[in-house]
Amino acid sequence: MTDKKTNNWSRRQVLKAGVASSAAIGAPMFFSRNTWAADFRNNPGNSKNLVLGFNVPQTGAYADEGADELRAFKLAVKHLNGEGDGGMLNTMKPSVLKGNGVLGKKVTFVTGDTQTKSDAARSSAKRMIEKEGALMISGGSSSGVAIAVQSLAQEMGIIFMAGLTHSNDTTGKDKRRYGFRHFFNAKMSGAALGPVLKKEMGTDRNAYHLTADYTWGWTQEESIKETTEALGWKTLKAVKTPVGAGDFSQYITPILNSGADTLILNHYGKDMINSLTQAVQFGLRDKQVNGKQFEIIVPLYSRLMAQGAGKNLQGILGTTNWNWALKDAGSQAFVKSFGQEYGFPPSQAAHTCYVQTLLYANACETAGTFYPPEVIKTLEGFEFDGMGNGPTEYRAEDHQCFKDVLVMRGNMKPTSQFDLLEIVQQVPRKQVEYDAKIFGGELGPYVV
Amino acid sequence: MDTIIIQLLNGLDKGGAYALIALGLTLVFGTLGVVNFAHGALFMLGAFCAVSMHQLLTISKSVKDESIKFFDAFKEQPYLEIWWGDTGTAIIDYSVPISILLAIPLMLAIGIAMERGLIRHFYRRTHAEQILVTFGLAIVLQEIIRHFYGANPIPTPAPATFSGSAPVGSLVGLGENVVYPWWRLIYLGFSLSIIGAVFAFLKYTTFGLVVRAGMADRDMVGLLGINIERRFTIVFGIATIVAGLAGVMYAPILPPDYHMGMDFLVLSFVVVVVGGMGSLEGAVFAGFLLGILQSFAAMNEVKSILPGIDQIIIYLVAVIVLLVKPRGLMGKKGVFED
Repeated sequence: MTDKKTNNWSRRQVLKAGVASSAAIGAPMFFSRNTWAADFRNNPGNSKNLVLGFNVPQTGAYADEGADELRAFKLAVKHLNGEGDGGMLNTMKPSVLKGNGVLGKKVTFVTGDTQTKSDAARSSAKRMIEKEGALMISGGSSSGVAIAVQSLAQEMGIIFMAGLTHSNDTTGKDKRRYGFRHFFNAKMSGAALGPVLKKEMGTDRNAYHLTADYTWGWTQEESIKETTEALGWKTLKAVKTPVGAGDFSQYITPILNSGADTLILNHYGKDMINSLTQAVQFGLRDKQVNGKQFEIIVPLYSRLMAQGAGKNLQGILGTTNWNWALKDAGSQAFVKSFGQEYGFPPSQAAHTCYVQTLLYANACETAGTFYPPEVIKTLEGFEFDGMGNGPTEYRAEDHQCFKDVLVMRGNMKPTSQFDLLEIVQQVPRKQVEYDAKIFGGELGPYVV
Repeated sequence: MDTIIIQLLNGLDKGGAYALIALGLTLVFGTLGVVNFAHGALFMLGAFCAVSMHQLLTISKSVKDESIKFFDAFKEQPYLEIWWGDTGTAIIDYSVPISILLAIPLMLAIGIAMERGLIRHFYRRTHAEQILVTFGLAIVLQEIIRHFYGANPIPTPAPATFSGSAPVGSLVGLGENVVYPWWRLIYLGFSLSIIGAVFAFLKYTTFGLVVRAGMADRDMVGLLGINIERRFTIVFGIATIVAGLAGVMYAPILPPDYHMGMDFLVLSFVVVVVGGMGSLEGAVFAGFLLGILQSFAAMNEVKSILPGIDQIIIYLVAVIVLLVKPRGLMGKKGVFED
């Protein structure tokens, strides 16, 4: 007699067992944190540490700005880990940050050198993501770099919290789901400057643009032209200049007899320092044209640029994202922390990088996970205050932050070596808002 | 007409800088046969002599800045102003011309140290190796400067008396619109003086005679019992001084930064090639020629016909010259033709 085993399972029992097994396997997905454990790149999992990647220009023309960004990042990490006086952790609202790291993990960081070159910036970001396990990338001092790194971030499923980038394209035609910009843009600069220009220079002007020949310069020229032409100004000429030209004199001499009474310098960093210095040397600021005093406008300012331009900047109008002289509690807390740590006030590049780090950390804490799609959803439409410039919103449609913009003037009588720019007006957020659709572009998917 | 005169002045003043740098490059190449890619860095070091002198003269006493409440900040008051009042202020104002006194011995010392310590060991090596080592040296020098002075351009103003524009038009009976910065005119005059002095030195002194003979036939001069090596070391020092002085006087025109030498280096090499390798006259002529062409190419009238010409004109001219006259405008047979 053979002991023949028979299968007594009915079809119904097999189905029940299948459903029960699936439920048992799937159960942790519903009840525990970090449930997407294996599903995203550089998940810290059970590690005690969280790695952030700070990609800043450590060499090249913007190295000083990069150094200031890195100082701010280090300060942000200190504050997130509960060291120091806490800075803006004390003023940010709403905030779930407690100064005990992020989701219980100590924040650590790795750094990369963008060299202010798109390819170098992508390589260093890639290295930090692939080899050093960076879960978020932040920093940078150029729109070309920001757009390149943002695109890489989208491909790799890593969130990019942009540093200093002012081109409309960053959150316009080149926007990405994984990219977020706290810094303002050229469109907002134009909108903020318009009324001040009208009040100070009138509605009958002939403008001449010198424009850095790359994405940021083009979009700034376009936005400022749109503003000034709406005021009634004529654009006589818009001349593209090579980035890093050094000597701009051959572009300035044609302005002397062009009939222009206003020069708009769409230059940044070293280019702006050189072109402005040379424009002043050629006597443009002393000229009278069409019965009007010749004026120079620098739509995007920074304090580091102001140091390079020296006295040439005095009296010249421009805009900034933030300035250390702001009196709100958030700005003062940050300036105090930064000043005590380093002995001088922070630049706007430092401010935006510091804020971006805190915003990312807060989004992770709020979402209860590091899983990028959930963090992105938390950041989209997030409204906050206490971080300078008043109530701010990360607009969901294009990941552009909206807040007050500062119209600045080169200080005629600086009282200290840091007091190079004075705030002319804090332009309310409402005045600089625009429809997200005007620049086109697609954010792309949450899950990549 | 006014515009053309301004562009011409602009071209001459640009050309002055190109010619000065190219002159030093050609001197070194003509005498030592070395392609010196660190020459631009010497120009940059000269500019930083002006920066250093300005910083030296403005060594300051730190006074607590009461206007800053958030943290302890200090403002600086130069000791020269504290001690000597207006005289101190005037000395600080003239820091750029004064820095020439620092630049001459310092650049000579740097030049001799470079030649004795590094360049000499590459006389018999290939041009490719010379380029590699001198380019490496240039990077080292600029990174040293970046370490100590940062990456941001440093404003180094000309004396206040020369900071405005000269009414060139009114002075020569043209329109009032023809104005040109005083300091750029001074730079043009300065570069012409230096170029004249170098040529006079080479033409009218015994030392210059030997150097020219050495440039023509180094072995023959050696056989005559003349220590040509020592003279060539001094020539390298002179070339370094010329590059340094070009940099010192350029500091008020272009706020110095660690990378400025590289920006000029490529242009200056094109100048040397267009002028003819080893030809001092060619270097000077090509320097001014390319400066003027670059200036005119940036005119809106020209760019409306040939968009983008301002960015390629120098290289376009170089290509045309090399096609028509492969040795350059004033190049000599046998130079750089192994």
